[in-house]
Amino acid sequence: MNITRGFTGRPRVHNPGLPPGQYDARDEWPVLSAEVTPDLAPEDWTFRIDGLVAEPRTWDWEQAHALPADAYEGDIHCVTGWSKFGVRFGGVSLDAFLEQVRPLPSATHVVAYAHTGYTANLPLADVTGGRAWIVWEYDGEPLPAEHGGPARLIVPHLYFWKSAKWIAGLRLLDHDEPGFWEGNGYHARGNPWEEQRYSGD
Amino acid sequence: MTDQVTEQMTRPTAPATRFAVPGRIGVSEQTASVWRTATLTEIRRETPRVSTFRFAVPGWPGHLPGQHLMVRLVAEDGYTAQRHYSIASPPDDSGHIELTLDHVRDGEVSGWFHTAARPGDRIEMRGPLSGFFAWPGDRPALLLGAGSGVVPLMSMVRHHRARNLTLPLRLLVSARSPEDLVYADEYGPETTPVFTRTAPEGVAVGRMAAEHVAPLLAEQPPGGWEAYVCGSNSFAEHASRLLVAAGQPVERIRIERFG
Repeated sequence: MNITRGFTGRPRVHNPGLPPGQYDARDEWPVLSAEVTPDLAPEDWTFRIDGLVAEPRTWDWEQAHALPADAYEGDIHCVTGWSKFGVRFGGVSLDAFLEQVRPLPSATHVVAYAHTGYTANLPLADVTGGRAWIVWEYDGEPLPAEHGGPARLIVPHLYFWKSAKWIAGLRLLDHDEPGFWEGNGYHARGNPWEEQRYSGD
Repeated sequence: MTDQVTEQMTRPTAPATRFAVPGRIGVSEQTASVWRTATLTEIRRETPRVSTFRFAVPGWPGHLPGQHLMVRLVAEDGYTAQRHYSIASPPDDSGHIELTLDHVRDGEVSGWFHTAARPGDRIEMRGPLSGFFAWPGDRPALLLGAGSGVVPLMSMVRHHRARNLTLPLRLLVSARSPEDLVYADEYGPETTPVFTRTAPEGVAVGRMAAEHVAPLLAEQPPGGWEAYVCGSNSFAEHASRLLVAAGQPVERIRIERFG
């Protein structure tokens, strides 16, 4: 790396929670969706899991809320460079949904898709074992539409483009297929700790 | 054989991305992951808060209008700061690219550009990145930008001119005042500026509105418009709603938000 003449940068803070190349967005929560924010009322929201599962199924708002409540408290990391610390999302663990549809042994990957048509691919192992949630609350309030409300997926250990807003469903596959950004040059997995931003990283 | 066919037919595949054509252009893995050294050759002031920075980038693989790149600055102790910036220049610029940057208050990277950078400085960049907001000049383009959100749209306007393209292209650009209008001298009949705080005499002051968007959607070109919206999140929300209200299909609206 070449030193940039005259560049000193922000005061150095030792923050072991900050992945390489990221900065602390503090109170900011940038919105970066590439599509038009949909007008989606909770009563029109549905979430479906199908593909390689024993019993495909669709939940509506009330049925999803009947599952055991769970929450994520921790950090999120965006590929554009910001990280946000100590956020709190309320919803249901994805494990609770998957338990009901029973993934087949052949399932290895999922494609998460949104009510807008947005898609993101993930290894099944990244959305099981208490690492992914369907959430409808942020900081105790309903999740705002521009942040994916009424409900979005969160997979906070990966870059946040994987956490599809306006989540409509998951399809379980026996292979990996690129989603929206992955088809536009972004990394297939997106682990912020390995700085997997772009394909080839 | 029969079993194989059956298996393929029942094997689930990913749902298609619906709201816009994905993967418009192939993004080379190598292109995106290689850091190149760029030499600053020129700085031009556009407005009191915005300047254009021109770079010579040996080995620049070329880009499409609307694409962006990642810039990395490195301090003496190895500390780095990286940011995404839209490319302002058109593709055919002989190994040069231009970035037009706001001076963000307390901006770590934009602050360096606006207060310390001078011709001869070398920085690192990788790209071009992302094909979603790119416009290859293959379809009529309706462009809505605000502030420095006009930067990737200007690359499209410049490309349209440089190639003498005859496809329809229209630009609606919002600025606070004539003094804040980036690239003010470069606009032609394709552009309508909208001023939100102060305007030249005889020009209305106000936010971009249905009256600006409706006439453009009334003159539908063959195949319809591909709409590109760029600016702050609040502008992007506002402008995309105007487009939808005026009848533009949501799956043909591409949005790039600052952040």
